[in-house]
Amino acid sequence: MELNLCKEKLVGMYRKLLEIRIFEEKVFELYAQNLVPGTIHLYAGEEAVAVGVCSNLRKDDYITSTHRGHGHCIAKGAQPKHIMAEILGKKTGYCKGKGGSMHIADFSVGMLGATAVVGAGLPIAMGAGLSIKLSGTDNVVACFFGDGASNQGTFHEAINMAAIWNLPVIFVCENNVYAMGTRRSRVMLIENIADRAQAYGISGVAVDGNDVLAVYEAAQKAVERARRGEGPTLIECKTYRHKGHSRIDPAKYRPKEEVEEWLRKDPIKRFREKLMQTEVLTETEIQQVEKDVLAEIDEAAKFALQSPFPDPEEALEDVYA
Amino acid sequence: MRKITYKEALREALREEMLRDRTVFLLGEDIGRYWGGAFKVTKGLAEEFGDERVRDTPISESAIIGAAVGAAITGTRPVAEIMFGDLTSLAMDQIANQAAKIHYMFGGQAKVPLVIRTPFGAGVNIAAHHSQSLEAWFMHVPGLHVCVPSTPYDAKGLLKTSIRGNNPVFFCEHKLLYPMEGEVPEEEYMIPFGVADIKKKGSDVTIVATSYMVHKALEAARELEAESINAEVLDPRTLVPLDRQTIISSVKKTGRLVVVSEGCKTAGVTAEIAAIVAEEAIDYLDAPIKRVAEPDTPIPFSPTLEQYVIPNEKSIINAVKEII
Repeated sequence: MELNLCKEKLVGMYRKLLEIRIFEEKVFELYAQNLVPGTIHLYAGEEAVAVGVCSNLRKDDYITSTHRGHGHCIAKGAQPKHIMAEILGKKTGYCKGKGGSMHIADFSVGMLGATAVVGAGLPIAMGAGLSIKLSGTDNVVACFFGDGASNQGTFHEAINMAAIWNLPVIFVCENNVYAMGTRRSRVMLIENIADRAQAYGISGVAVDGNDVLAVYEAAQKAVERARRGEGPTLIECKTYRHKGHSRIDPAKYRPKEEVEEWLRKDPIKRFREKLMQTEVLTETEIQQVEKDVLAEIDEAAKFALQSPFPDPEEALEDVYA
Repeated sequence: MRKITYKEALREALREEMLRDRTVFLLGEDIGRYWGGAFKVTKGLAEEFGDERVRDTPISESAIIGAAVGAAITGTRPVAEIMFGDLTSLAMDQIANQAAKIHYMFGGQAKVPLVIRTPFGAGVNIAAHHSQSLEAWFMHVPGLHVCVPSTPYDAKGLLKTSIRGNNPVFFCEHKLLYPMEGEVPEEEYMIPFGVADIKKKGSDVTIVATSYMVHKALEAARELEAESINAEVLDPRTLVPLDRQTIISSVKKTGRLVVVSEGCKTAGVTAEIAAIVAEEAIDYLDAPIKRVAEPDTPIPFSPTLEQYVIPNEKSIINAVKEII
């Protein structure tokens, strides 16, 4: 992969990758201190997917997200402090504490929200694509979902509808090998989920989901096609989560060698090495980015921790618009 | 006043709202130019507004509602048709977990101006998968409005209100009502949600009835009049929000309540209304509350079996006489 992007873009992507990783590390740290109610599904290890895709999107483009959605929010431009506040159940969170980790949305940046029902986001993303088509703009929708979701009926229904109506939707499958504890090969016979695109007459491509530039390039083609009115694409990004499915999962079902192999392929480490080898960034600049991001996430955590909880009676608000 | 059918009234509401607002569009199975909807409600609309705004879909109920949700949260006003109410089960996640919860779950950021139209009701011999009345399922999901119009006038006024609102509306039609005629003015009107309509005034007993059962209750009331029993027939028109006040005021006046609705008796529409009156107006009751609903069985096919389970004017009269 050639680095044919300008320095500003590359550094921006590196910064986003790091922002997500450090954010997730902070969430885990707060969780360990018993400050996070409920559960968490961390995105660490999969950052290149969200960043590679969202780096092709404009603010007025849309995304839909999943229970493992913190990274999607950050990549689309939502502010870490309001994401963190939502994860802690605070009034200053994006959803005023009503959604939590699995239901973050920021409509002001086109982040249409995370659904915690596996596969439920695909028809909604397709509907946003329909809305774009009816209003005649050149916006696009990126729909994130996992390998597990590709076995839901909604995957097939939504992709088929997006295909027949030629909608500007990029279906982004984050194949992290396991649907909770179920290995992909136990629940589908095909090697590449991207092959399912053929069944609906659209193009499908499988890429190294831990290579942010490979994801970027695939998404760029798909986004350009969608903007030109040439319909949807299915992109399968092969990746891996560093931690278990959720907070209680030690992930013992994953062979040690497999985990080690994927850790060697860590998307942030690889991109950093590439940026240094190609002299886009110096060691000093790398350290500066890291310092800035650490400070930003610390601030976000501080903001979230100091924010008040909602008043109990607020539970009764927002049922109807 | 001119008379039109329930079906025509619905079509007029759709047409007027589509003319008024370019963001209103329809989607559903066979609603377009080739069929015009299984019950012909959308007949002619594709010819007038084009295939983009009167959109035939594949047989994919979950994606139909999902598409409507995604379109609704991004600036349009979709009206989705599910061909039979029984088939909403296929789209239940999108209705109950997505459409209904998005406004709340995301802290009020998103509006979901979406209408789901679907026919319920037994009585035309199409058995267990095409005859149910499942309004109660949707009453149990906070975030949805539930409309149950019983006349062409109510159907048109409530559908227009539904389309202009900013919340998901579950709009229950009844297949036996489609050909029914009723007075509908030429000039525009809307009917607010949560306002019941007293279809017949009375003083001896309150009969709260919904959808097609309103007409059975009116027949029963006419027959009861011959026996000098003066029943009040009250149609809530919307189950969510429910006009508790009008129901309670009527019960305070008559002292007796019969609740009639299709759908199974257990945990059904009649159970909720009976519970509200028991909770809030029990001191005004002179007799136990009576509920007339379908027994807890699937809807059977054979006409003799089917007619046995559907409430009718006789079962309503019997219920009234048990408490008078």
